[in-house]
Amino acid sequence: MTNTLSHSPLLKVEHLGVRFAVKRNGFFGGKSYLKAVDDISFELARGKTLAIVGESGSGKTTAALAVGRLVEAFHGKVQLDGKDFLALSDDDLRVARGKIQFIFQDPYSSLNPRLRAKAVVREPLDSLTDKSEAEKQEIIDQLFAAVGLRKEQQELFPHQFSGGQRQRIGIARALATEPELIICDEAVSALDVAVQAQILNLLRRLQEERGLSYLFISHDLGVVQHMCDTIAVMYMGRIVEYADRKSLFNSPQHPYTKALLSAVPSVKKRGVSQAQAQMIDGDPPDPVNLPAGCRFASRCPLAAEVCRQKEPELGVLSDAHQVACHMVE
Amino acid sequence: MSPLLEIENLRVELTTRDGSAPVIDDLSFSLNAGETVSFVGESGCGKSMTALAILGLLPAGIGRVTRGSIKFNGEDLTKASDARMREIRGNEISMIFQEPMTSLNPVFTIGEQIAEVLREHRDMNAAQARSRAIELLDAVRIPNAKGRVDDYPHQMSGGQRQRVMIAIALACEPKILIADEPTTALDVTVQAQIFELMRDLGREFETSIILITHDMGAVAEMAERMLVMYAGRKVEAGPVDQVIDHPKHPYTKGLISCVPHLLAELTDERPPLAEIGGIVPGLAEFGRNQCLYAARCPLADDKCLQERPLPLAGKNGHEAACWHVEKVS
Amino acid sequence: MSVTRINLQEELQKPSHPFKEAWVMFRSNHSAMFGLIVLLIVIFAGVFGPVLYQGDPFDMVWAPFSPPGEEGYLLGTDYLGRDLLLMILHGARVSIAIGLAAAFLTVVIGITIGALAGFYRGWVEEVLMRITEFFQVLPTLLFSMVIVALFGASLPIVTFAIGVVSWPPVARITRTEFLRIRELEYVTAARASGVSNWKLIGRVILPNALPPIIVQAALMVGSAILFEAGLSFLGLTDPNIVSWGQIIGSNRQYILDSSYIVTIPGLAIFITVLAISLVGDGLNDALNPKLRKR
Repeated sequence: MTNTLSHSPLLKVEHLGVRFAVKRNGFFGGKSYLKAVDDISFELARGKTLAIVGESGSGKTTAALAVGRLVEAFHGKVQLDGKDFLALSDDDLRVARGKIQFIFQDPYSSLNPRLRAKAVVREPLDSLTDKSEAEKQEIIDQLFAAVGLRKEQQELFPHQFSGGQRQRIGIARALATEPELIICDEAVSALDVAVQAQILNLLRRLQEERGLSYLFISHDLGVVQHMCDTIAVMYMGRIVEYADRKSLFNSPQHPYTKALLSAVPSVKKRGVSQAQAQMIDGDPPDPVNLPAGCRFASRCPLAAEVCRQKEPELGVLSDAHQVACHMVE
Repeated sequence: MSPLLEIENLRVELTTRDGSAPVIDDLSFSLNAGETVSFVGESGCGKSMTALAILGLLPAGIGRVTRGSIKFNGEDLTKASDARMREIRGNEISMIFQEPMTSLNPVFTIGEQIAEVLREHRDMNAAQARSRAIELLDAVRIPNAKGRVDDYPHQMSGGQRQRVMIAIALACEPKILIADEPTTALDVTVQAQIFELMRDLGREFETSIILITHDMGAVAEMAERMLVMYAGRKVEAGPVDQVIDHPKHPYTKGLISCVPHLLAELTDERPPLAEIGGIVPGLAEFGRNQCLYAARCPLADDKCLQERPLPLAGKNGHEAACWHVEKVS
Repeated sequence: MSVTRINLQEELQKPSHPFKEAWVMFRSNHSAMFGLIVLLIVIFAGVFGPVLYQGDPFDMVWAPFSPPGEEGYLLGTDYLGRDLLLMILHGARVSIAIGLAAAFLTVVIGITIGALAGFYRGWVEEVLMRITEFFQVLPTLLFSMVIVALFGASLPIVTFAIGVVSWPPVARITRTEFLRIRELEYVTAARASGVSNWKLIGRVILPNALPPIIVQAALMVGSAILFEAGLSFLGLTDPNIVSWGQIIGSNRQYILDSSYIVTIPGLAIFITVLAISLVGDGLNDALNPKLRKR
């Protein structure tokens, strides 16, 4: 897209698809498939942040899990440093897993309640590296300092921490194997606003210090606007708009993106928003029985005949902006 | 004209293992007919507890009102009998909750659940209640209300269930609707629809709304007045525009500036978010004669630790409980 | 509401380990503590009773059918003139040993099957759960009688017979817990950290699935004791070993004339099983996080 992306990106996802079998028509009925992620492609440059935004059911989390091989992809490639991560096995996979780590949403369920904080951070070191005990302890000490926790807190159990502190432990765990890519799955949406700011600042500081790349999954457009360089908007398993930060937020093209942006209540655009608000009514289509045309057509204020017949492809608008809509010139 | 609801010097204590703590400490506020007031603050600051106190639903055996009064149309609810409170709840004051997935009973149709309230409080017969239920579903904009009145909750989406909850809450045309984080579990586009619905219905039924939220954007869009709570105390209150544009309390200021708000016009600049360090104090610290925010406050000095600041009234009823009001902003 | 609860929880959860906290909870439960004390007395009687009150339970020591208290025999004698107290003490040893051993076997089979079914899902789950259902619909007493009849009435076989028919509930509970926990984020996090499947099952999920299984296991001890009593009442145990059920079984003809001979071992079974189920209920309350903080 922009020139930073043109020479070898860290992560290149091509035609990724994930489908789940759904039982239909009772016990003897045939299987139907829910295409949770349907043929999406994107790139992430080293040291940058790419956001996938969308509402529940858009497939954004499934896409992230598929990139990290925590959900099996049905087709597509996930290239990390030029190697197809989905095709690796055994030792190669073990090394590669250390390069992709996750930060999860719920600070209350993402830490094993039976492990002490230091054991939580140690887990990836034990499984993915062959370091000595002393080296592991040194890494743990250094990570606790990096995420702003005290050394004596290493001995505590997760329930003795607050939500924000737990999320810091989760971040330390993600950093343990010195990954290049961190997938943040709604990493701050379960936190109180004041704590959320602490964690977001921490994530940005760590990115600068360590040259990390983030794949940032979120439904909160304010957070995305603050954190990300490139944004992919997903709807019903598809990317409908893909653009860099400024062009997406300053001139959104897809009617769904526009509706999404205008729906966010904000103190900064008071007065403006209500006049411009674009309500979208209706319900999304049944994800197992998708309509022939554009998946957004049933709720779209601009939908025309062509939208109901032909599915729009992601078209290039400029080198920093792609959109999948028949109604955009 | 006297206000519809008037809370004076309310103190609610909660019994814990280490004694009792005031989860609501000397709270006064009033709500006029037809007005929307928002309660803002982080988790554990007493917002939801205030709602429960108004409805007489404090956790039995653990929480109780120890001082002050809650006057509804001149009647003190803290002294009302259980039978009287049952009459008021769902009839004159009703409430909707955060979780639309679990607040409906899965074994009854939505029509039956709406009719139940009407038959309880309005002495309607089955046929009358049913036709009124259809009217209400129509009022909360559920398409094809007549066809869907016999649906079960699991057949509806999250947004539709929250609409049903609103229909149940509004069935008896209450004077006050308390909405406790009504859209936190919903997508933004659905949230926008629910907010619009609440605004319209509030106007139509002349219902006063108490909106409990942590989202300043939602406050800005929905409410006329707001009340910021911290550690069980009112720290700031006043007209929404005035409070958001010129907060007088450092906590309010922090809450507004720590959230990455959507900007109307985006630039390349991305300064770190303002942080509120630390977390809300534990219950054991509630009730101390000092400013409870002092531990997290950049302006705190000895005075803040020695004496509790009381709300100081200013223009248009804009009040703040801080020793350093003039230094904020 | 939930928000306040989390805050409260942080306030109240000072003890450092979840099991420590469960013990605090258990201790404040009077009926569970009563059950535990009774159970300890029974175990003490079984372990040390025969040492303190020596003698061979099969010796005929006095005239048959002497009521309790007569001639210094605290609980009297049975139809062959054997000391009933001595038989009860030796029986306690056998009942508790069989109860524990059978419950252990039950738990091992149940956890293995349940964990594999819940973790791997798919066809593994289908097959294992069909097998579980097969065992669940078998008439358990009849099936274990067949096993004992086929392989002989020795203690290990009886224990095996009890264990092999009573594991399905444990398997079902384990599977349910595994299905729930495998979806939690810390399990996903462990998978992202490259933790192997065996470690996921044994070190990550199982420790968190244990509380309800422990409760079930405790109750299993009680039902295994009852089961053994049933089998030995029918004469399907080692004739050279005294057990409570066997005392009842061999004296059952005289229930009308000398009811105490049957009543006393019956009471022993009743009290022990009741104590175990009180402890089980107490464990359930203590280990079930939903009931905590009430």
